[in-house]
Amino acid sequence: MTDTAPAIELKGISKAFGPVQANKDISIRVMPGTIHGIIGENGAGKSTLMSILYGFYKADKGDVFIAGKKTAIPDSQAAIAAGIGMVFQHFKLVENFTVLENVVLGAEEGMRLSTSLGKARKELTRLAADYELNVDPDARIESIGVGMQQRVEILKALYRKADILILDEPTGVLTPAEADHLFRILEGLKAQGKTIILITHKLREIMEVTDTVSVMRRGEMTATVKTSETSPQELAELMVGRKVLLRVDKVPAQPGKTILDVRNLEVTDDKGVKRLKGVSLNVRAGEILGIAGVAGNGQSELLDVLGGIQTATGEIEVNGQPLDLTGKLSDARSRRERGIAHVPEDRQRSGLIMDFKAWENVAFGYHHDDRFNTGALMDQGAIKEDAAGKFDRFDVRPNNPALEAKSFSGGNQQKIVLAREIERNPDLLLVGQPTRGVDIGAIEFIHQRIVELRDAGKAILLVSVELEEILSLSDRIAVIFDGQIMGERLPHETDEKELGLMMAGMTGASQAPAEEIA
Amino acid sequence: MQAMPKWADIVLIPLINLLLAFLISGLVILAIGEDPVEAVSLMIDGALGSSYGWGFTLYYATNFIFTGLAVAVAFHAALFNIGGEGQAALGGLGVALVCLMLPWPHWTIALVAASFGAALFGALWAIVPAYLQAKRGSHIVITTIMFNFIAASLLNYVLVNLLRPAGQMDPASAKFPEPTHLPTISDILNGIGIPFAERTPANVTLIIALLACVAVYFLIWRTRFGYQLRAFGKSEQAAQYAGISSVKIIMITMAISGGLAGLMAINNVMGEAERLVLNSVEGAGFIGIAVALMGRSHPFGVLLASILFGFLYQGGAELALWTSIPRDLVIVIQALVILFTGALDGMVRAPVERMFLSFKKREG
Repeated sequence: MTDTAPAIELKGISKAFGPVQANKDISIRVMPGTIHGIIGENGAGKSTLMSILYGFYKADKGDVFIAGKKTAIPDSQAAIAAGIGMVFQHFKLVENFTVLENVVLGAEEGMRLSTSLGKARKELTRLAADYELNVDPDARIESIGVGMQQRVEILKALYRKADILILDEPTGVLTPAEADHLFRILEGLKAQGKTIILITHKLREIMEVTDTVSVMRRGEMTATVKTSETSPQELAELMVGRKVLLRVDKVPAQPGKTILDVRNLEVTDDKGVKRLKGVSLNVRAGEILGIAGVAGNGQSELLDVLGGIQTATGEIEVNGQPLDLTGKLSDARSRRERGIAHVPEDRQRSGLIMDFKAWENVAFGYHHDDRFNTGALMDQGAIKEDAAGKFDRFDVRPNNPALEAKSFSGGNQQKIVLAREIERNPDLLLVGQPTRGVDIGAIEFIHQRIVELRDAGKAILLVSVELEEILSLSDRIAVIFDGQIMGERLPHETDEKELGLMMAGMTGASQAPAEEIA
Repeated sequence: MQAMPKWADIVLIPLINLLLAFLISGLVILAIGEDPVEAVSLMIDGALGSSYGWGFTLYYATNFIFTGLAVAVAFHAALFNIGGEGQAALGGLGVALVCLMLPWPHWTIALVAASFGAALFGALWAIVPAYLQAKRGSHIVITTIMFNFIAASLLNYVLVNLLRPAGQMDPASAKFPEPTHLPTISDILNGIGIPFAERTPANVTLIIALLACVAVYFLIWRTRFGYQLRAFGKSEQAAQYAGISSVKIIMITMAISGGLAGLMAINNVMGEAERLVLNSVEGAGFIGIAVALMGRSHPFGVLLASILFGFLYQGGAELALWTSIPRDLVIVIQALVILFTGALDGMVRAPVERMFLSFKKREG
């Protein structure tokens, strides 16, 4: 192997799914010992490209060269053999196995498990020392945090002798501190000569850790540049194909009377674990309260209680009237009748029926409305007409409500949900992860609509794991950690660092961490 | 991303599945030393070649439409109701009670009342497993199949101890009174001058079955309840988000499903046997599962699949009559049809999709 051969090179990769060209003539060269970022909107073809590289899909055209040698990758076995390791966005770990068992799984040697386990234990110790990848090999996956779980995924790849590591949106579930730690690990791996491909939609990460970056848009590679020679603004424009506003344009809030008042809310899940431990907060008319926190700290439960999906104890008042938290009127339909609209965190599983036509989804949750019904029959004409209007006003593309919801991109699906919930003109809008999996162009639009609703004097409760989003949209920020509100801050008086510490359970720099995070 | 046109999905693939099933059935017939070509022509001739054959084919098809619709409605709510057998048996009890307990002046009034009784009894029999599913989380597949056995035992008891006329040896109810006898298809057709073979069991229930197809179509795709039912079937989580009560959907859907299965009794108990006998359902409840699978849970598909299975039933009887091929072979053919249309669907689908894709590419 000569020094000049790229660790991995793709030449003219094309892949179509039916009429959709997911990848069009894509070529990349990634030099060994570098971190290469791939950035692009959702649906730009990043994941397809990586799936081709990992042997999940077969490219229609084009070749893959590993260390200068043309290599066919018909399946993931071949990818592993070629030294490619993949860390998926959603971890593929067996929850009730130990770290060691997970690392060995699929790479067992011989008849007896103990031989492999012994070998893996030695190897893990070495890897831990080399790369700052400390994990207790005997801990069960279910008992360790997501940051640790991700390390196990990296260890799995390294155990299989991966020289090229692909990470797909690795920081989505991490706190800022955990993300920083991950980047240190990546730097360490790079220093040892490993090649890393980082797929992300976060410009900041690209700027922070990569050496070179490729931008994808609509299945094409629009540019490959040295990270040191570009700027977030330029990358964003390359991704979207036009100028974009990275900041939200808004005037100061004019808060009115209290719309939502939550006192001492507690939620216990079916396993008997307390997910909310006495949460109190309020939202006034004409303001956006942002809930910052790492996923899984109770913010989903908070939304679910308010949206009528989960029962709870405590007190909630909306417009001065108490909400039923356990009884007959604690369902989502009753909540809607009380003027609460809900844009759920998981639009694909909750907010939309993916197999339904888009126009059918426009009535979803409001299917009892008189305007959508004539007797027991649904008034399809009225619903279709309503859908057509919403599609126009929210610029949903393609502008065809007769398509099934699943055939729209993430951003356009979100616009359908938003159109439905915002146009109800609710007193209180619950918004969960409004821009998760949404492309930059649509983010701008979605943020503007949320701010518009605020300016119309409505109360908005925003839950997001994107700190940037919380900081730019909220008028007040409450930080949630382990089912408790750690404190409230005003966006112009705080920064990502302080919020990051609070999200990790620390209320001040001087205090000891509530839980080990690193 | 549409890999293939809709007609291919609805027509071509089931057709290929069917052909494969018949091909292997042919091999089985060859293996037992008979001539498959002759067997097929016998079946077609016997089931479809005369109005006499049609009279039987349509009779069986009527049974399967009801049980097929029953399974299809539940499928849309992601509920697998395999208790059609027991629900239809209970429907029979409902029909028998209505026909025997009260004096009926005319068959039309008796038909309305018996339909009500059949649907009510079938629905009640389905509501118990539905309640257990909705409130207690007992899986409906397990409970409905167990309820088939309970229904069989219950009917056994009722027929032997309660409904059997004194002095009769046979565990069956008394013959229903004359005014409850339903007109057959031949009565109707001959009445308007169209010749149709007499002494065939197909009766006026066929028309009710066709109406049921239309009603189920409207229920699923046009009513607000159908909208909620389909949403629940696609995603329970989303249904909860939308404020759709899972308990309500499960209970009502299963009641409708059981009611449809129960309605089958008008055909076989009131229309054909004119009394309630043991094991009157004869497996039609299970055939309903195959019919719903093959008909893609769409009422029109269910109708076509029912006619196909009616043909297989009647053709199979003809085979047993004229050749040494046992009637059980029909069960083999049915099993193959179910295997290919249900379980092995993907085997045919993938290559056909690829074919359409390469076709499209050559065009584009």
